[in-house]
Amino acid sequence: MLFSVDASPPWNFVFTIQGSTMVAKEIRLSANAIGKIAPGAHSTGEGIPGSSRSDFGMRRRQFLVSTAMTLVFSATSAQALVVKDGLPWPPSAGTPPTTIHPGPWVYFTPEEGAVVEALVDRLIPPDPQTPGGKDAGCAVFIDRQLAGSYGSAEGLYMHGPFADGTPEQGDQSPLTPAARYRQALAALDKYCRAAYAGKPFAQISDDEKDKVLSGLEKDEVQLEGTSGRAFFEYLLQNTREGFFADPVYGGNRDMVGWKMVGFPGARYDYRDWVERHNERYPLPPVGIAGRRE
Amino acid sequence: MTRKLPATDVVIVGLGWTGSILAHELTGAGLNVVAIERGPWRDTATDFPPAYAQDELRYRIRHDLFLRPEQLTMTFRNNASQTALPIRSWGSFMPPNGVGGGGVHWNAETWRFLPSDFELRTHLVGRYGEKFLPEDMTIQDWGITYDDLEPHYDKFEYLCGTSGKAGNIRGLIQAGGNPFEGARSREYPTPPQKQPYGPTLFAQAAQGMGYKPFPQPSGNLSQPYTNPLGVTIGPCTYCGFCEWFGCGNYSKASPQTTILPALIRRPNFEARTQCEVSKINLDKSGKRASGVTYVDSSGNEWEQPADLVLLCAFQLFNVQLLLTSGIGKPYDPRAGEGVIGRNYSYQVTSSVGAFFDDKIFNPFIASGSIGMCIDEFNGDNFDHGPHGFVGGGYMGAVQTNGRPIQTARTPRATPRWGAEWKKAVAKSYLSSYESVTHGSCYSYRDVHLDLDPTYTDRFGRKLMRLTFDFHDNELKMSTYLTDRLAEVVQKMGPRQLEKHPRRGPYDVTVYQTTHTCGGAIMGVEPKTSALNRYLQSWDVPNLFVMGATAFPQNPGYNPTDTVGALAYWTADAIVNRYLKSPGPLVQI
Ligand SMILES: Cc1cc2nc3c(=O)[nH]c(=O)nc-3n(C[C@H](O)[C@H](O)[C@H](O)COP(=O)(O)OP(=O)(O)OC[C@H]3O[C@@H](n4cnc5c(N)ncnc54)[C@H](O)[C@@H]3O)c2cc1C
Ligand code: SF4
Repeated sequence: MLFSVDASPPWNFVFTIQGSTMVAKEIRLSANAIGKIAPGAHSTGEGIPGSSRSDFGMRRRQFLVSTAMTLVFSATSAQALVVKDGLPWPPSAGTPPTTIHPGPWVYFTPEEGAVVEALVDRLIPPDPQTPGGKDAGCAVFIDRQLAGSYGSAEGLYMHGPFADGTPEQGDQSPLTPAARYRQALAALDKYCRAAYAGKPFAQISDDEKDKVLSGLEKDEVQLEGTSGRAFFEYLLQNTREGFFADPVYGGNRDMVGWKMVGFPGARYDYRDWVERHNERYPLPPVGIAGRRE
Repeated sequence: MTRKLPATDVVIVGLGWTGSILAHELTGAGLNVVAIERGPWRDTATDFPPAYAQDELRYRIRHDLFLRPEQLTMTFRNNASQTALPIRSWGSFMPPNGVGGGGVHWNAETWRFLPSDFELRTHLVGRYGEKFLPEDMTIQDWGITYDDLEPHYDKFEYLCGTSGKAGNIRGLIQAGGNPFEGARSREYPTPPQKQPYGPTLFAQAAQGMGYKPFPQPSGNLSQPYTNPLGVTIGPCTYCGFCEWFGCGNYSKASPQTTILPALIRRPNFEARTQCEVSKINLDKSGKRASGVTYVDSSGNEWEQPADLVLLCAFQLFNVQLLLTSGIGKPYDPRAGEGVIGRNYSYQVTSSVGAFFDDKIFNPFIASGSIGMCIDEFNGDNFDHGPHGFVGGGYMGAVQTNGRPIQTARTPRATPRWGAEWKKAVAKSYLSSYESVTHGSCYSYRDVHLDLDPTYTDRFGRKLMRLTFDFHDNELKMSTYLTDRLAEVVQKMGPRQLEKHPRRGPYDVTVYQTTHTCGGAIMGVEPKTSALNRYLQSWDVPNLFVMGATAFPQNPGYNPTDTVGALAYWTADAIVNRYLKSPGPLVQI
């Protein structure tokens, strides 16, 4: 043995035979999973079929191949996907994203959710033409992102030793995004109650909210035990993501972000429009999941 | 326990661009080839169908197609006085993972290097004298010439169906093409892509100033094309979800759309996916590779013996595998000795933003490579004498996307949030335009790759450590190129123009390109290069190392046309020379 290999196998695909059809299912068994994981697929916390470890053992024994795949060393138990003589996929084996539906908070507590709604509504305030961050669904978007693979920093290198580096070395925090939000929101609550006569962020005036936000941005407002500035940067980035990402993820509700700028969304063919210079593209946006007429 | 498998003729580490090319050429020569690929199998219909390929969050922002740093990353510092820290999430460059490699999610900007790029040191010293070069600059000649490589460039471009307009066919300058390019043997396989408004305006402005604009050569195809392997590529629809994304239309040149459908039918080819090669094994003499060790997706370890080992794991991982396997002498920057990890280089890009009142650019009508460029300031196409730097780059209006999370622009003075930001974004999205320079990055004594003393991967292997910063020569170059670009953009008539030249220090969180180069370079002698002119290891002659790993420094262009051409050049050398008499192809 050259290296000590993790005891938990980093599979993310199992192939099983159901009748005569081979079925590929994406499963996730350890943080070491190699390969593709759809961010949306886990963000509601819905279980992935066959993702328990005991299931895994069974599936592993079932690891078999169809005509598209042969195991070269059948006596042994090699676990690779061997591809030979043809492509290995059955139809519809991909991993489309899971649609997020509005509903109770999944990661945030109701109090946290209210603060985040207030925050995103100042970062992107409503105006007569376009709703603000709250009605665009940015807080719902962030909640579901934090509940999923993004929130748990899945796939990122999270091993120590942790040290503060230079800005050029990138984020070195041991905190996951989900933990960062939880800490920062608690510290923000404390800050606001101390500074604004016991009121939480959601209840201070818009001017006061903006003052807190630009204080965080400029590193002038200090949050207890956590970097307010780093939190601000995450919040701003995630809010913009929520405003402009495909509506399937819970933000950009009714494609308001796209309509505001004139982005037609998930359309895929502009051949007839490339050379129509300086003309406004006429069709309304569509999302991955289509559009409501 | 490591289990040993039956031997094969050839084992290929990594099934991206170079792995696919070599597998195809060597199975064609009758050899049994096993390709071992770290990531999953990927295909158009299942992995990036136009039903959900157009997802900026998933692919651009959350990096769905790329290597997960948890699986493997590297550490980084600007210079030796700092402690390198892990790159915990990708930023400046995006390492590939999965069948097709970087070919899945590249832009497909398909450039040949200039003839002088291959003999860089000789050329520059000849024109400007030794003293003109910074003392710590370690640029070298490649050991091959443009003419050696031309037939192989041609082969790669005809594999891809590259869309473009030739500027020089057998020495005759062609109207509408790049007059600075090396002579090519024939026209591009397909005509240029259509140009949207921004590139068209840029080209008019450049022409008015006496420059010679031409369409950027593109692997996003302008029309249907059937390549010499009988694989058909569709026309690009200008969807704007190209770089960082797989193409749902079968219209971007990639291993999937050009080689794999033919390769997979060969009975003497086999791919093993989700298997990470952890080591290249040497026999007792230490002068011969006996095969590779890999770990499959359930953690089992296997040894695959082979007569020939081809390292096709992308620039970074090629170097890491050489370092980890103890092949070649590691580079020591203090002594300036050793070859593995030496001459790392990157890319130096910059941009000019322009805001207009009266124009609609439709930035979402885009492809990975669409655009109009000028090459007057690339390589040594202009006299560097008065400027005090070497190197250069192409520049132009390259319209890659209008995906709003990434690209919604506002003029510099705008706040980053709030009502003013919102108003500015709404106003600028359709009516602003960004033009870019894509510049060279030469190599230096202190810039290198080695193994990190502290951080390890999931196998307990040391992570590779990158020590890199921009040098004055490159920063000067970037300022100069950006100024020239701004002059052209000014002629496009914007209300407001903003220059963004590259400034130091190098920041690993800000995306530039994934054109990382060097670390085990090709050259004329083993003292200063790891590979000979056929990309064969000087130390282990049955090991060939592919990819931009071999570039002694990075010219102002994108690497893949040259990476592909070098793969064909090596395949030719293996089939026509090495197989006849296995051993070193260059005697010293
Ligand atoms: C976002 C992006 C845009 C780009 N745009 C352009 C462009 O416009 N023009 C251009 O010229 N170039 C571009 N490139 C660069 C281009 O993708 C690379 O030059 C090209 O893919 C390199 O080919 P390669 O064969 O060396 O490596 P790759 O094609 O990347 O293949 C390497 C393969 O090896 C596998 N591998 C790595 N380590 C191991 C291991 N230990 N065991 C098994 N398998 C392993 C990887 O998973 C991968 O599949 C771009 C790259 C990126 C990421
Ligand atoms: S821009 Fe063209 S080549 Fe690129 S993904 Fe879209 S259709 Fe494919």
